[in-house]
Amino acid sequence: MIEFRDLHKAFGTNRVLEGFSLAVRDGETMVIIGYSGTGKSVAIKHVVGLLEPDAGEVTVDGQVVSQLKRRDLTELRANIGFVFQFAALFDSLTIFDNVALGLRRRRSMRESDIATRVAESLRLVDLAGTEGHMPAELSGGMRKRVGLARAIALRPKYLLYDEPTTGLDPVTAAVIDQLIVRTREALGVTSIVITHDMRSAYTVGDRIAMLYQGRIRQVGTVEEIRATDDPVVRQFIEGRPDGGRAAERASLSDAARALAHEEEA
Amino acid sequence: MFASVGRHVVGVVEGYGRLGRFLGDTFRALSDVRTWGSQTLQQMRRLGVDSLPITLFIAAFTGIVLALLASYAMTNYVPPYLVGTLVGKTMILELGPVLTGLALAGRVGANIAAELGTMRVTEQVDALETLAYNPFAYLVIPRVLAGTLMFPVVVAFAMGTGLVTGWIAATTLLPVTTAQFVRGLQMFFVPFDVQYGLIKSASFGLVITLIGCFLGLTTRGGAEGVGRATTRTVVYSAEMILVLDAYWAVTLLRTQVA
Repeated sequence: MIEFRDLHKAFGTNRVLEGFSLAVRDGETMVIIGYSGTGKSVAIKHVVGLLEPDAGEVTVDGQVVSQLKRRDLTELRANIGFVFQFAALFDSLTIFDNVALGLRRRRSMRESDIATRVAESLRLVDLAGTEGHMPAELSGGMRKRVGLARAIALRPKYLLYDEPTTGLDPVTAAVIDQLIVRTREALGVTSIVITHDMRSAYTVGDRIAMLYQGRIRQVGTVEEIRATDDPVVRQFIEGRPDGGRAAERASLSDAARALAHEEEA
Repeated sequence: MFASVGRHVVGVVEGYGRLGRFLGDTFRALSDVRTWGSQTLQQMRRLGVDSLPITLFIAAFTGIVLALLASYAMTNYVPPYLVGTLVGKTMILELGPVLTGLALAGRVGANIAAELGTMRVTEQVDALETLAYNPFAYLVIPRVLAGTLMFPVVVAFAMGTGLVTGWIAATTLLPVTTAQFVRGLQMFFVPFDVQYGLIKSASFGLVITLIGCFLGLTTRGGAEGVGRATTRTVVYSAEMILVLDAYWAVTLLRTQVA
């Protein structure tokens, strides 16, 4: 189980997370939605210790990530696959070596076992036969699939997807969604998917949580989110330019103006 | 104004804090021999062997110019064999290490900063960490070790090339015979000269690769940030080469004179 407890994180004066709390149950796929720049990626980077919280904590199977020693953190990371937004493949390595890199870290695996695992993982993302290519020779969608293959090659318990369909055409995005569902069925992993693509969220998610102004605005099943009467969530899932968020902004500006008037008086 | 000075001071203190943390993390990563051991040979080839063409090119022309300069400065005043002495001493003690260092600050330092900077902004460094690799063991130590070990080798080749082209220039363009040139070379030669040049070169290699790795790994802000890190690496490396050059002259040469 992954749990975010009252997480706070700021970069300089920019406060990104302000009391972010969320529990991801074992076996489920939790989708975190929200506007660009609201801290969705920042939140999941805390799960693998890429960022340290200013306050609050993230626990994975009861272990507080920010308190782990380097060796324990390395062990934890071996159980978590991370699929990066732009794949983050190593430019100087072939596709085979990219997928094999994490496996080579494990002393127990022989090179022949690694080759078998790499081939299996690439087959799972429909990229069998691309082992000898370099990342620059692949399309954006293919690179994302290699990123997924690299993550699942480790047979992790948890998979974290950072905007897996952003920047892809609708058909390729649907293929990636299918792969996320298929990976969960094949490997039984617990997943967190960051996205602002609602079609993707409805396809892959068991539950959906909306991050808004540094904290969770609403969390629920796909059906509950579809039927929400929260104006901010409604506006986001329907993709309307006006609605709850605009109204909140307006009321905040009204309040600020009122405060300014009071101070002047 | 106070706010601006305060921000500057905070920025400088933060910079030193990041550098201290970087050096500490690098030192701790030394225990991960399995990771850096497998990468170091490859980096020795990239940083050392691949740098030979540009280094030898510079050394070749430096040797020619030194021979002609020596002749121009000393004609009618000192014996011709001193051309060999001047080419040898200058190439081994100063120009071999320093010119090679400056050239490699551009080639190696900029290359490291650009590569690691790009890896940082495209999340490849984060990806390494999620794959349970220590980036300091995988990226920093192999480059720093390769630089420290290979710079003296490259400089030794540069010294040799400079001496050979200096001899060719002296014997073909000047009234100096091979015997005179060799006599001049041997006359004031002491093995310490070579040690001094190579120690200096190793320190240049260490500093250039450390600066490149530090500025590369702390890159922020996309392509512009990578460009900034690369430029700063070349500038700081060049400055540090001159500072170290003076440092070694004061600490090693002065003691020899005394």
